[in-house]
Amino acid sequence: MKAIFKRELQSYFTSMIGCVFVAFMVAITGVYFMVYNLNYGYPYFSYTLQGIVFVFLIAIPILTMRCFSEERKNKTDQLLLTSQVKIYEVVLGKFFSMAAVFLIPVLIYCFFPLIIKLQGEAHFLVDYSSILAFFLLGCVYISIGMFLSALTESQIIAAISTFGVLLILYLANGLTNFLPTTAIGNLIGLIFILTVIVLIIFRITKNWFLSVVLECAGIAAALITYLVKSSLFESLLSNWLGKLYLTSVLDNFSTNYLFDISGLVYYLSVIFVFVFLTIQTLQKRRWS
Amino acid sequence: MIEVKHLVKKYGNHLAVDDLSFTIEPGQIYGFLGPNGAGKSTTMNIMTGYLGATEGQVLINGHDILEEPEAAKACVGYLPEQPPLYLDMTTREYLEFVAGLKKIKKAEREKEIQKVLDLVKLTDMQHRLIKNLSKGYRQRVGLAQAVLGFPEIIILDEPTVGLDPKQIIEIRELIRDLAEKHTVILSSHILAEVQEICDYIMIISHGKLVASDTPDNLEQLVQGAETLRITAKAGKETTATLLSKVDGITSVDYLAGDGKTTSVCITAPQSDTLCEDLFFAFADARCALTQLTTTRISLEDVFLELTQQDAPAEADDSENADTSDAENISANIDEKTSDYVSSDFDVSKDSMDLAADTEEVDENESNI
Repeated sequence: MKAIFKRELQSYFTSMIGCVFVAFMVAITGVYFMVYNLNYGYPYFSYTLQGIVFVFLIAIPILTMRCFSEERKNKTDQLLLTSQVKIYEVVLGKFFSMAAVFLIPVLIYCFFPLIIKLQGEAHFLVDYSSILAFFLLGCVYISIGMFLSALTESQIIAAISTFGVLLILYLANGLTNFLPTTAIGNLIGLIFILTVIVLIIFRITKNWFLSVVLECAGIAAALITYLVKSSLFESLLSNWLGKLYLTSVLDNFSTNYLFDISGLVYYLSVIFVFVFLTIQTLQKRRWS
Repeated sequence: MIEVKHLVKKYGNHLAVDDLSFTIEPGQIYGFLGPNGAGKSTTMNIMTGYLGATEGQVLINGHDILEEPEAAKACVGYLPEQPPLYLDMTTREYLEFVAGLKKIKKAEREKEIQKVLDLVKLTDMQHRLIKNLSKGYRQRVGLAQAVLGFPEIIILDEPTVGLDPKQIIEIRELIRDLAEKHTVILSSHILAEVQEICDYIMIISHGKLVASDTPDNLEQLVQGAETLRITAKAGKETTATLLSKVDGITSVDYLAGDGKTTSVCITAPQSDTLCEDLFFAFADARCALTQLTTTRISLEDVFLELTQQDAPAEADDSENADTSDAENISANIDEKTSDYVSSDFDVSKDSMDLAADTEEVDENESNI
């Protein structure tokens, strides 16, 4: 794991991607910091952090796109997978190296509250806990990008799909308002989602019987629940989508001044899930 | 020692490796021979744990590659078809990285890397970026990577592809040096290469092991058989009568005839006198032989025969073929050489051709 971590980190800085990423993150933050904190005199750096979450949409895909797709394209994954290193070590080595690259701008952010302090009042506790949440949010996005990169051979597809997923996550909060709130509307939406999932299962398993049984069972369960207690369905989909809005945890830190431990655990579990999925993807590829 | 048991690999409906079993004994050079797409690389990828097999088992020094991958992979150095190089690293950085992957102790790393750099003659290039190296040097870096740490078994997938003749010779010498202390398995679709360096050849075709033996034995398998093609200035019946007088002919195959001349393909056990017997039989009857060609079967023919069974029906034959069954193989060879002759394509002409030509001339003279 150490060898892979070292190599990846080195390669990020010989290929310029690492430098560009750090420069981009710091530059955008610098602009927002100047406007919000220095010009308008707002004493919370956390507010700036909340404002620059959109930068992840562009920066994270650049960082993660090459991590597995490039290996696969250059067939260097043969070296990693035929060496004595376990697959989880490969995945973790890569994940930590990307997190380490991301840690550089985050460490630079740690100076910003000090600059605010020089100008007068500063709120270190809020600011530094927000920086922690910001770092973990970035790591969540990195794990998503890493997973998508493991799915494809093309860096471009990896980058664009990561961008798409991050965009949906970013917009999730706003989109919830457009979902139906009535029970019947949510029931229909649920059945639609169920059908899509069943179609995916069918594509993977090629098993007609299983798919039809799943679809019928799902519809029956949904209908019975609807008849028994239709209030359960009210705003169901918007609640679900709202849960996808990962930034809400950062909002708790930065605007509500809450140290949201459950939120941090949520971030860590999402990271764990995607690291796990990446490992499974690599395992599965050997068998297909 | 590697044991491969009933290996099967399917890609969708395509059967890449079909029930492959063999054992690799330590201290020898093994050659996987087969045409493109025969399943050589797939087999090697499964043996090194890069791919999972659909069925079957690979044991490396008693460790199952799937159940104890670390222990099994520790015994193997692998150079895949395309060397797995990180182009943005220097040779030395790359080898340091590989040493890390192979868990070579820090204290020994420097020494080990220097050893392989000397071995593949890359010491001058160690501080160059790999992307600036030529194909031959890149291949050497790949080889250095496989050899690093000197694992017991070294598996090389087409190690000489894309190299110039001088580099090929160097790499061959290197492989021979390595074989003194290691088991080397290499794959190739070039027969001469395998024939020259390997102690043991395994011919793979359509994912099946169709023959495995030492180069000498493989050649001996077919030495019993010989094919002669003659064209005589005689009708079919005359030719048949004359041929029936010659001893030692196994089978006769009439290829073409227009009443005046007849072309015949004769299969017979190898003998020194058959050519002469045929010549005199026809000369005594005052029938001119306008052509007398012998085709001796070489290892190349064994290879072509064993690997060119495209039709599934024919492939079924080889399924039953016991690889050590000499008769079976030479029977196949007979079939194949007659194919070649009928398509007017002489696989290998040897000095006998010349002899035949001279005899023709003699005969023409005697006709005059």
